[in-house]
Amino acid sequence: MGVLRVSDGSDGRLNFDEKLIVDVRGLTKVYNGRVKAVDNISFGVREGEIFGFLGPNGAGKSTTIKILTTLLRPTSGTALVVGHDIIRQPNEVRRSVGVVHQEYTADEDLTGYENIILIADLYGIPREVSKKRAAELLKLVDLESAAGRKVSTYSGGMRRRLELACGLINNPRLLFLDEPTLGLDVQTRVAVWGYIRKLKEELDMTIFMTTHYLEEADSLCDRIAIIDRGKIVRVGSPEELKASIGGDVIEVEVDGSTGEDLTSVIAGVGNVSEVKRSGSTGYRIKAKMGEEVAPLVIELLRSRGYRVKRISLTKPSLDEVYLEYTGRSLREEEADRDQLFAQRATLRRARG
Amino acid sequence: MTETFVERADWKPSSNPLHGLWALTNRELKKWYKEPVVLLLSLIQPVIWLGLYGKSLNFGALFTGTSFNIPGLNIPKSVLDQLGSQIMLSTFGTTDYFSFLAVGMLSFVALFTAMFSGMSIVWDRRFGFLDKILTTPVPRGSIIMAKVFSSTIRGLIQSAIVLVLAVLLGMNVSKITPIGIAGTFAALFLMVLGLSSVFVMLALRSTNWQSQMAIMNLLNLPLLFASNALFPAKFMPTWLQYVVKVNPISYATDVGRQLLLGSPGLNTLGFDFAYLVGFAAVFSAIGIALSWRYLSQ
Repeated sequence: MGVLRVSDGSDGRLNFDEKLIVDVRGLTKVYNGRVKAVDNISFGVREGEIFGFLGPNGAGKSTTIKILTTLLRPTSGTALVVGHDIIRQPNEVRRSVGVVHQEYTADEDLTGYENIILIADLYGIPREVSKKRAAELLKLVDLESAAGRKVSTYSGGMRRRLELACGLINNPRLLFLDEPTLGLDVQTRVAVWGYIRKLKEELDMTIFMTTHYLEEADSLCDRIAIIDRGKIVRVGSPEELKASIGGDVIEVEVDGSTGEDLTSVIAGVGNVSEVKRSGSTGYRIKAKMGEEVAPLVIELLRSRGYRVKRISLTKPSLDEVYLEYTGRSLREEEADRDQLFAQRATLRRARG
Repeated sequence: MTETFVERADWKPSSNPLHGLWALTNRELKKWYKEPVVLLLSLIQPVIWLGLYGKSLNFGALFTGTSFNIPGLNIPKSVLDQLGSQIMLSTFGTTDYFSFLAVGMLSFVALFTAMFSGMSIVWDRRFGFLDKILTTPVPRGSIIMAKVFSSTIRGLIQSAIVLVLAVLLGMNVSKITPIGIAGTFAALFLMVLGLSSVFVMLALRSTNWQSQMAIMNLLNLPLLFASNALFPAKFMPTWLQYVVKVNPISYATDVGRQLLLGSPGLNTLGFDFAYLVGFAAVFSAIGIALSWRYLSQ
């Protein structure tokens, strides 16, 4: 750290000499000498932000998190996490970060409270500190009343909250969240988002998370890295990413069968970046600030004697961003992934 | 690459390196002593073995309980019984097979518990618990040794119950002393420690509990039969005697027979203990060394 970096704006590196809490340099992981799960990625996470890895199953998100939390050794490259080298100082890294895994990892045969205390013991936190802290954290995630119950009686949302509490027992500066709402229904998911925001504010943390849910990345993350097939395709805030694909989409249908091409007319409106004719009377317009451009288009067409029959305005979602940069849609992936998780949950129940 | 982040930990980490080890050991034990059903079942198992197997294989009755006679020779029953007792004594080192077997059962029950130590690592891996504890700074060796110690403690407690039951069921107690009991359990401790380490090691990389079960099934009865736990080794074929001689179960059982029943041993007590100490030390050391290397990918 301490070096001024030159950035081309797409690799996640920052322009200024900013303190990076996660500083990843040329990280590569090859499984069995063949499968390249992570392919020479470099990026930085600023202190205090929620940084998200967005990508489908198998994109390399979990592999990256496992490397950064010292569970896996990279094939090449390295990273500094909270100032410690993940290869040479794994124990310092472990001490200063919290990790919430994708699976429900709590011991089902123990109570929620016993689970937290167990993890505290593994960090070497003395009991007089950990007892107090466990009580605070259980309160923070609203599990006080269920703390004495066995985890096997918990619902999915409660388990997820317990995982969050366990990940925070060592008061980390940086919290890793691997797919924090995987397999939860929509309502519970929104509730968990609420807890994540609350934890971040109250405990003043940086969060590094992975997700394949577009809404999750959009609503939680300050910055997102789109990852596809082991490579980071693009980094930016949700707004920047959406703006980067040309802004909003306005679709207009003009009345009348003159068949005249109005493309150049519409393109003359300010902030319009692209106009495409679709069919004989339809136009697809890409524009920044679409809600202001749309009335201008209607006015212009009217002044030329055309009547606008139908108009629609679409704000680009991250799915369109994802589609633009990877050529694939994440929506379809979501469904597959949820099904996979349901199967895993069944397997887990088979144990108990 | 200077350290520019202030540590946020608001506590002094415990200076005791065994802090995490005990926490993990206790986690395993809790699953046992807090579950009445599991506890009860694990206690019933030795009762069944001891009661059914020990009492049904009544070798003593072959020589003393029968009323056979050789035609033409009119040998009095008392002489035959005397003869039977002598055969029993020279074969088993004690006059009743039940006492002989009871000591073997102590080792057997401990062996059985040791074998399950590997299974729990497979479960922990499958359900993500292992990944979670691997992201904490707890020493990797503690993760392994917690498995080993918890199964050792369980094994010893179950062995102690077997001993009490055996006495209640008629084991010969004429030679039992507190020191003898302590020595026997010291030998059992070393045996389970080593065996648990072996089974945990076999499971270090495994994610498949079926294969782990298969390993256990493959090894448990052969380990038992290829020892002196059920029958004296001296009547076994030579090749099998070699196996018996490397099998740690034989040494723990040998210590038990000498100390609890006063039987003449296969080896001196010193040799038995030396072997067991070596076995336990070597395999637990290998287990700890491998755990740093192989527990995570």
